[in-house]
Amino acid sequence: MRKQIEGSRAVAETVALCRPQVICAYPITPQTHIVEALGAMVKKGELNAEFLNVESEFAAMSVAIGASAAGARAYTATASQGLLYMSEAVYNAAGLGLPSVMTVANRTIGAPINIWNDHSDAMSQRDAGWIQLYAETNQEAADLQIQAFRIAEELSSPVMVCMDGFLLTHASERVDLPTQAQVDAFLPPYEPRQVLDPHDPVSIGAMVGPEAFTEVRYLAFERMRQALEVIPAVEADFGAQFGRGSGGLLKLYRTDDADLIVVALGSVLGPVKDAIDELRDGGVKAGALGITTFRPFPAEAVRVALGDDSRLRRLVVLERSLAPGAGGVVTGDLRAALATGDGGPPNTIIHTVIAGLGGRPVTRDSLRHMITSAEQGVLPEFSFLDLDRHLVDGELTRIRATRRSGPSAENILRHLAGRT
Amino acid sequence: MFQVRFHGRGGQGVVTAAELLASAAFREDRYAQAFPSFGSERMGAPVLSFCRIDDKPIRTREPVTEPDALLIQDPTLLHQAGIVGGLRPDGYVLVNSTRGVDDLGLAELEEQHHVGRLLAVPATSLAVADLGRPLPGAPMLGGFAALTKAVSLDALLAAIAERFGDRPRVAAGNSAAARAAFDFVTDELKTVTRHA
Amino acid sequence: MPYQRIKFYQTGSFAAGNRLLPEDLRSVQAARTRSNTLTCGHRACQGCGEALGARYALDAVMRATKGKLIAVNATGCLEVFSTPFPETSWQVAWLHSLFGNAPAVASGVAAALKAMGRTDIRVVGQGGDGGTVDIGMACLSGMFERNDDVLYICYDNQAYMNTGVQRSGATPPAARTATTPAVGQEPGNTFGQGKNVPLIAMAHEIPYVATATVADLRDLEYKAARAMDFHGARYLHILVPCPLGWGSSPADTIKVARLATESGLFPVFEAEAGEVVSATPIRRRVPVTDYLRLQARYAHLFRPGERTDVIARIQASADRNVSRFGLLHDHHPERKQPSLNARTSPEGR
Repeated sequence: MRKQIEGSRAVAETVALCRPQVICAYPITPQTHIVEALGAMVKKGELNAEFLNVESEFAAMSVAIGASAAGARAYTATASQGLLYMSEAVYNAAGLGLPSVMTVANRTIGAPINIWNDHSDAMSQRDAGWIQLYAETNQEAADLQIQAFRIAEELSSPVMVCMDGFLLTHASERVDLPTQAQVDAFLPPYEPRQVLDPHDPVSIGAMVGPEAFTEVRYLAFERMRQALEVIPAVEADFGAQFGRGSGGLLKLYRTDDADLIVVALGSVLGPVKDAIDELRDGGVKAGALGITTFRPFPAEAVRVALGDDSRLRRLVVLERSLAPGAGGVVTGDLRAALATGDGGPPNTIIHTVIAGLGGRPVTRDSLRHMITSAEQGVLPEFSFLDLDRHLVDGELTRIRATRRSGPSAENILRHLAGRT
Repeated sequence: MFQVRFHGRGGQGVVTAAELLASAAFREDRYAQAFPSFGSERMGAPVLSFCRIDDKPIRTREPVTEPDALLIQDPTLLHQAGIVGGLRPDGYVLVNSTRGVDDLGLAELEEQHHVGRLLAVPATSLAVADLGRPLPGAPMLGGFAALTKAVSLDALLAAIAERFGDRPRVAAGNSAAARAAFDFVTDELKTVTRHA
Repeated sequence: MPYQRIKFYQTGSFAAGNRLLPEDLRSVQAARTRSNTLTCGHRACQGCGEALGARYALDAVMRATKGKLIAVNATGCLEVFSTPFPETSWQVAWLHSLFGNAPAVASGVAAALKAMGRTDIRVVGQGGDGGTVDIGMACLSGMFERNDDVLYICYDNQAYMNTGVQRSGATPPAARTATTPAVGQEPGNTFGQGKNVPLIAMAHEIPYVATATVADLRDLEYKAARAMDFHGARYLHILVPCPLGWGSSPADTIKVARLATESGLFPVFEAEAGEVVSATPIRRRVPVTDYLRLQARYAHLFRPGERTDVIARIQASADRNVSRFGLLHDHHPERKQPSLNARTSPEGR
């Protein structure tokens, strides 16, 4: 049923349709509306589940681990600092092979404290062994929750569905919500691969020493490889049953004859597509590659999508997170995917643009300028979109001049305030 | 695409207003996007919300910088520099005030825009009368509907009824206030065009 | 404490006392049909108090729940020595997640069972003092305040033993550990620090809180079983000497535990909804030095010279416990007097 609905609410209603049995959550902006909505549904008797108000995110993931191990479908949601706080348990859940689903309402990580969107939080857990899916719209955010439970349970591996905090969670837009019957037909009851059962007791979580650790971890690696097959299969099945495209490994937008392709994750793909359409009208052959599944990284799919064209190609990787000391996060994976035996595709130039950190809006104007600069060959290999050079230089000067230069963040804010 | 920017203070229902407008547009089978300028929750702090309406899917997500309409729910915000920033040349401005546009010091702005696109509506008074609480969102939208014709009053009333479906008195109060504001602005426009 | 006219002191499963008792009064361990939840073959040290305590506690819980139990274990000695890959000595559905989250994981298991309509299956969370008192405290408190249906058992050997005997929030004053060395003016652990988790548990007013030691194994069995009479959050804190970490003889584990109670340093009691309902009286009061002398972790209090000042402070804390819990009185005003049959038969509880 089509509704005009807030993203968080759409996610909550869809998760409810997935018949979770244990929901545990700790509030953190901007995920709060999701768990509040689910809590209300449980309290009102609309959703038959156990809802635990836990005392921290670490407890939330731990409760999900216990619930999943006992054979129940478990769900939690978090963001930013909360995801970091539960990091130990995030790794633990993947290592144990327990298929819970978590919505991450992408928010940056402090310090400095900031409640707005970027991908730092999910990126910090990219090696935890979780499957990571990034939603472009609220429709996709809702649809991915359903697909996530199926993928997770099929692989016995946890899945996080990433949706941009505020930009998606707090935006009201049109979403087509499925019926309970539709979801039931798509998502069967959870059948655990391992379960705590007094009638057939097993020990889960034993110590594994050097003699077998590599092999156990190899199995995790293998699960990720299988995910590259399961995810498209689930996408196809979803399309057949629900009648719309959602999920999968990646999306292509006007890339067939493109000289320049913007690579991005999440909701920024919307404005990117708008910019591309505008530039195409002006004769620029631009396109976009949206990565929906970031973990496992769909290397082969990316290679196939970008083709082995011999003409000059530019890739502009729009990154919503920063790897200090290394540059972009997605760029690294992309380069590795495109690298061939002889050192890499000779005709592809890759630019990294760090954008939208801490909720800085990524505007059409900026995107247009970015693409145009790249096309003209004047976009640096690595740059920050909309960086206020003057502000930064002011602080650098102060730091060089005196030892007791004070907290940088406050200095910059004060400088910024002094301007207005 | 029709873009609206709402200005108000925390607690005045600025976010709800944007969502109601989106909901009304949805009822007319149009695409709509509504979202707040995000910040930590605090009563009384200036807040912005945005609504876009279009006949095709809306892909952009940045704040509205070039609004086709400005709804200023709290006249004490008028002194803020840049509050009308980006307003399109043929844009509409609706201010919540019992005073006239001239008394609000907006004469210069009025000169820049076509007559009949800059109006004041006593939304708070109407809300207090019909709803019993100074929440000007619904009457502002009623006035907006009359001023811009971007949504119909019927669609707006249906959106209000659905939003407050679990609180019939609130729904009825908001609906009445919206209708009263719609009528008020309709009359004002007749006066304005008669004098133009 | 079992009420019996003729007192036999149990020293093992085949003690004369056991054979002379009616079956329903015998130790769970005396039954051939005992669960052996923590069965033989684990890698615990000789004389490990925790292995002893866990065996007795879990078999008692298994009997009380007729085997319908799921156990969640924190990282620590118990987890490590009981599951050396590829073996496990657990004959119960068992989950180990992390160091600090056992109470939360147990809460998750309980929630799942409730959601699946299987509240006939009960849940035990367990860990050492490190995983309970320090790193697990937030999760433990959360489990308590939500009143999740879990019995949490803390095996308290008063330091982080598995990692090499470092100080924890349960380490007593003056005790030597790797991070509270016996040097300087105030050797060993600092006075005035540390947490009393049984009292913290009582402050949450959960249905049942009890302390026990491996010196009185029948009492331990009773308390583990008694805890299963209740639903909601329950806490059992068991003193389990660690010969390695305490520097005591492996043969003295039970003796040292007894001296801990008989000196007053470790009060043995039960509480319900935040109020003490029973306390085990001290049969034969001993000075704290009897207890301290048996442990190398307190050796610095006696050699080269006796630190009478430190010992006096330790004695004072023992005296405080005695008076606070009325440990020298035969009858506690609110103490329950369980009947013979009610004590041990499942139906009578």
